[in-house]
Amino acid sequence: MNTLDSPPVTTTAAPVVHRVLPAVPVLTLAEHLAHFGPAPARGAALIDDVEAAGLRGRGGAGFPTAIKMRAVAAGRRPVVVTNGTEGEPTSRKDKTLLSAAPHLVLDGIAAAADAVGADDAILCVERSATGCIEILQRALAERRAARLDSVNIRIEATPDRYVAGEASALVHWLNGGDAKPTFKLHHLADKGVGNRPTLLDNVETLAHLALIARHGASWFRSIGTSADPGSALVTVSGPVPRPAVYEIAMGAPLPAVLSLAGGEPGAIEAVLVGGCFGTWIPAPLIDNITLGAVSLAHVGATFGCGALTVLPAGACGLAEAARVTRWLANQNAGQCGPCTLGLPAIADAMDAIVSGDPTGRAEADLRRWVSLVKGRGACKHPDGAARFVESSLWAFHDHLAAHRRRGPCPPSAPILPTPPPGAWR
Amino acid sequence: MSRQHTPTRAPTIVVNPIACVAHGVCAELFPERITLDEWGYPIIDPRPIPDHLLDHARRAAAACPTLALLILDTDDR
Repeated sequence: MNTLDSPPVTTTAAPVVHRVLPAVPVLTLAEHLAHFGPAPARGAALIDDVEAAGLRGRGGAGFPTAIKMRAVAAGRRPVVVTNGTEGEPTSRKDKTLLSAAPHLVLDGIAAAADAVGADDAILCVERSATGCIEILQRALAERRAARLDSVNIRIEATPDRYVAGEASALVHWLNGGDAKPTFKLHHLADKGVGNRPTLLDNVETLAHLALIARHGASWFRSIGTSADPGSALVTVSGPVPRPAVYEIAMGAPLPAVLSLAGGEPGAIEAVLVGGCFGTWIPAPLIDNITLGAVSLAHVGATFGCGALTVLPAGACGLAEAARVTRWLANQNAGQCGPCTLGLPAIADAMDAIVSGDPTGRAEADLRRWVSLVKGRGACKHPDGAARFVESSLWAFHDHLAAHRRRGPCPPSAPILPTPPPGAWR
Repeated sequence: MSRQHTPTRAPTIVVNPIACVAHGVCAELFPERITLDEWGYPIIDPRPIPDHLLDHARRAAAACPTLALLILDTDDR
């Protein structure tokens, strides 16, 4: 299985690996088996391997996967829900993975279901990703014909909304409601889809799990760092020569990852790590950052969903942040007062500081409101938006002072995509 | 602050932010732990409720027109 052998990771070489993401798409079952090898039946023992591997969720929250699996395995008639929705507009990695290695994700779903004792599994992909859904349906049909899986896997095409992929929103939609977050006092592991214990994992997480089932925990840990083992997908976007999804060893230096996409240090103002809920890393700090939890924590960032968005040198980060903040305000589900009223007020204040804010009043309001909205929604949408604004004020602090003196920068091209919202059903 | 009336299993209050529509009754009935933000939505002090404040908490929860205020025993979470 040469294709699975990863090149040694050094700080000078480009840190690309091909574990879950093959260099060319592996679409048919025959190709899949030739490339990745057959999936062994590991049963519940897989949970121990996943724990030993130190696999963490790749959807953004980074929660240890084995802990979730154990909680669900203890319940009666569990369901596995695999989240392939990618409402985050700066991330393409889940669609890219599903379109390049559909059977690997399906192997992961089957293995996770087998490990926790689930008969039913649902793979959720947003309905606008029609090409991706077709690939998955073909793959699923092939597996059914080959009687490969004992678990019943079905694909659901979900609404295209930023918050629709949030765990409780997804479960609420699967249960027949709007794809809006719900207020919950219980865990999904106790009560989720159809009130059954529900394991909800990101598609990339389960692709890694499928490889852990094949090769074991120490193989998984043979790249990455001890704190952040394995590999992960990153989406490098923005005005760089080769924007794309790359699979990298965890802990890879940020500059090396950016240069994969042709992003050169002198051409970068800042990098947004983790998308619209993420953290800006201003250019002078980029050289010191590696893509692991400890290094990122030094600048208040987390790896998140691995989205790396480049703000080009000379672009106004504040104007970009204000535009994204407005978009985030418009994405709120209209359910919780502090979010519904707070985020538009925050977006107004961001516009005001971009315009100059000579009295400093808008900035004072802004700083008060970002602390005020945190933790006061049914979901983490207000927290994520507040965190993005705080990060923007921190990363572009000097530039903020310049706006106070001179007013707004000349308009420039938007960098982060801000797609129009779709339906809730 | 005295901790003698706050055993580890003391209940806490939470607001269901979806059900809450900012009537503000809770802040009037339980000002010891609930204040209102500038839009009229409650800001809840997350600390456990000591025994001598439990009556106020229960009254506030019962008076909420949308039943958005919940008193949780530690076991509920």
